[in-house]
Amino acid sequence: MSCSSCTTQPLAPEVFGAEGEHPDFPNGSTNPCKLCTPLGACLAFKGIAGAVPLLHGSQGCATYIRRYLISHFREPVDIASTNFSEDTAVFGGRKNLHTALDNVGRQYRPELVGIATTCLSETMGENMPMLLGEYRAEARDLPPEAERPELVHVSTPSFKGTHASGFHAAVRAIVTALAGTESPGATAESRLAIFPGMVSPEDLRHLRDFCAAWGEDAITLVPDYSETLDGPSWANFIRTPPGGTTIDELRALSHAKAALELGHSLATAPITAGTHLKTKFSVPLHRLGLPIGVRANDAFCTALAEATGRELPERIAAERGRLLDSYVDAHKYLAGKKAIVYGEDDLVAGLTVFLAETGVVPVLVASGERNGRLAEAIFTAAPELRNRIEVREGSDFGEIEQRIEELKPDLLIGSSKGYKLARSLGVPLVRCGFPVHDRLGAQRIRLLGYGGTQQLFDRIVNALLEAKQEHSDIGYSYL
Amino acid sequence: MTQPLEILPSRAASIVEAGQAGGSVRCGKVSVAGSVSQRACVFCGSRVVLYPIADALHLVHGPIGCAAYTWDIRGAQSSGPQLFRNSFSTDLQELDVIYGGEKKLERALRELIAKHKPKAAFVYGTCIVGLIGDDVAAVCKRLSAETGIPVLPVASEGFKGTKKDGYKAACEALYKLIGTGDTSEISPLSINLMGDFNIAGESWVIREYFERMGIQVVATITGDGRVDAIRRCHGAKLNLVQCSGSMTHLAKKMHEEHGIPFKRVSFFGIEDMSAALYDVAKFFGGEELMDKARAVVRDEVAKIYPQLRAWRDDLHGKKAAVYVGGAFKAFSLVRALRTLGMRTAVVGTQTGDADDYNTLREMCDPGTIIVDDSNPIELAKFCLEQDVDLFIGGVKERPIAYKLGIGFCDHNHERKECLAGFVGMLNFGREVHASVMSPVWNFVPRRAAKRGTTPVTSTPKSKEAVA
Repeated sequence: MSCSSCTTQPLAPEVFGAEGEHPDFPNGSTNPCKLCTPLGACLAFKGIAGAVPLLHGSQGCATYIRRYLISHFREPVDIASTNFSEDTAVFGGRKNLHTALDNVGRQYRPELVGIATTCLSETMGENMPMLLGEYRAEARDLPPEAERPELVHVSTPSFKGTHASGFHAAVRAIVTALAGTESPGATAESRLAIFPGMVSPEDLRHLRDFCAAWGEDAITLVPDYSETLDGPSWANFIRTPPGGTTIDELRALSHAKAALELGHSLATAPITAGTHLKTKFSVPLHRLGLPIGVRANDAFCTALAEATGRELPERIAAERGRLLDSYVDAHKYLAGKKAIVYGEDDLVAGLTVFLAETGVVPVLVASGERNGRLAEAIFTAAPELRNRIEVREGSDFGEIEQRIEELKPDLLIGSSKGYKLARSLGVPLVRCGFPVHDRLGAQRIRLLGYGGTQQLFDRIVNALLEAKQEHSDIGYSYL
Repeated sequence: MTQPLEILPSRAASIVEAGQAGGSVRCGKVSVAGSVSQRACVFCGSRVVLYPIADALHLVHGPIGCAAYTWDIRGAQSSGPQLFRNSFSTDLQELDVIYGGEKKLERALRELIAKHKPKAAFVYGTCIVGLIGDDVAAVCKRLSAETGIPVLPVASEGFKGTKKDGYKAACEALYKLIGTGDTSEISPLSINLMGDFNIAGESWVIREYFERMGIQVVATITGDGRVDAIRRCHGAKLNLVQCSGSMTHLAKKMHEEHGIPFKRVSFFGIEDMSAALYDVAKFFGGEELMDKARAVVRDEVAKIYPQLRAWRDDLHGKKAAVYVGGAFKAFSLVRALRTLGMRTAVVGTQTGDADDYNTLREMCDPGTIIVDDSNPIELAKFCLEQDVDLFIGGVKERPIAYKLGIGFCDHNHERKECLAGFVGMLNFGREVHASVMSPVWNFVPRRAAKRGTTPVTSTPKSKEAVA
């Protein structure tokens, strides 16, 4: 039984769905491998200090997205809505937007309101810059302590892109709106900017630790929801949880000493937060993959060495050594094992490039994203995979299921939404990414750095060992 | 710096205190923009009602969000088909929005019906479908003729009202099925269970009680729902409507068109569950039936009462906050909490009406805060002011409770615990007891501060702490 799964079959070179709709699915989606764009924008805004996200659309969007985020992070996630009614859809959302901004100001005293559109307001063609300009210009009847927050708008029609693209769009909007807006004569220190992408709070904390090991404490993470979405128990009610990238940090991004933007797929996107800082303020930009695996972490370390002028710290070198040592210890358990990897494009790219180092064959890499960049991002970072694996964009679980019989995977890696499939196949699911709705500790799943990779690697190896043990008639306790 | 938590001026009229004079609770209105309502939308109302129909295809016509967020989240169980647990969406893209989504909808329906062979299909319209002007009804009619199964449009555009309007749209779609099936072999002692969604098998529990009384349950609408059962449910002699908000519209229509009377009931808590059985016995008449109802109640209560009494000793005098969707559930919970020795100090709903709030004012102890369409800041404020030990709500309310060191019981559709019927009361008591009496509260900052014990290390300083 276990022997057949050890053989590596030559695989047809296939890249699907890169342009337009996938030929098998011109008619919609079965069990999606993506969420809508405003969700990603809300998540990004939650990583800004004192920020409250506000969705310009129906009440349901905010409520559904809140529930989805709360179930993953197990933290309060307050998202306001402009709460469209039929009248609003006919006459426009000006009044609702202005009332909502007043009420968010009154209730939350925010430092920033992140306004994301929805499919409804986008289809109506709401002129957001104009509506927000009018709001800024008008005198508002607000309590004095509700000082006017920064208003950052991002366009997130849910009929375009996924939650991942919504996330990146919001990060770009935040940086575009605030970088370089400090008052004249301000002398903030020059910091290292990191755009980490959609990673866990634990990984955000780890990125700080990682840089601290290089002696680099002046880090601006955008966004940084490491505390806002994984905070301690409260003694009193807190309107906006502490933590997050501060407005001052965002303003000072214009003179960051360098910017590191993480994500293999994001690295070839035409306009990002990083490219904005580079073009407008000449901030040196390093576009890298998510640091998962030896190669991606080596590249990350090279960029850090360049940005800080320091050499690889001993502690990090030791972590790298241990990771490589475990690769060796486990290589026979993993040889030829077939994995299906699904989720956000940058996450699956990072995971795939890492898996290729270990002997696991990522036979199918699927993302709901459809930007035409995924396959090339993977093959550039892991050329040995070219012509060996399937990469599918615009994919969903309906499509993945159709490929199961032929691919016969030993393992699934991705969100908890793959559980049903893993269960029906009787193969392990290694949970990571978003959402993880059926386990505790989604906020604390580590993937990044040599140390994070180590944790992921151990989980993968042990999941396969456990499956082997469970499917054995004998049940050895010594493997 | 501490600042009082502010109630928005436009929200003040939606909050009252039991035992205090004053006008009725402002309710039944659209949520205040920017208030962070806990409500959802019209689509949510429709989706919630129709979702458990297990052998139907549920196709969400719109961009991906609405379908994704409602994919296999709920605890509604099926004894057979699992088709309903999939998420089907037309996943509208930019070009579809520009050129219209009708063709894509038609292709999707044709492909999915051929593949999954459902007994019926529901097509949910979402926000932008209402804007781009797709004629969903026409597509449904065409596909119905072509495939031979009912293909039913559900007018659930998110912005066209509140969740209640979504319930109504779902009832309208259901009504098109009712009256199209064969009603022979339906007992004169027969009922439909409406507004129970078979969360964690609850419909099965309730069905079994009635069957022990010799009463036939024709259709459960929509828990463990089947299209064929719904088609013939007009053959039942009585409709029992639980979750009155979602199904009263349908019950009224069935009364008008098919002459079937209905009764509002609740299956939560010993009192309400017993009352439901007695009401049905009374409706059909005869001492024998009433004896059977009494026997069910006696047997079931005997099974759970000793344990409930033991928990009651621990829970006596503890206080609860209740925030749920519909008012009938709130009534039941106030009573069920009393059975456990607890007092309801805060109670609110998303969709209650003026009568519902008057009832709550009468049944709750003086000082209880009663609120319509609340939000996280208000709920936190009330919980702190009333110093509650337990919050009963859904996933969206859970972090408010946990962050403030308050126990929690999930009574929403996502739960996977059976809380209906007598066995449900036992489960409810167990869950409440497990949460309220947990040792973890000894360590959380708010409770520790109250006891005057200083933590070893201070919690991180927040920008703003609120008294």
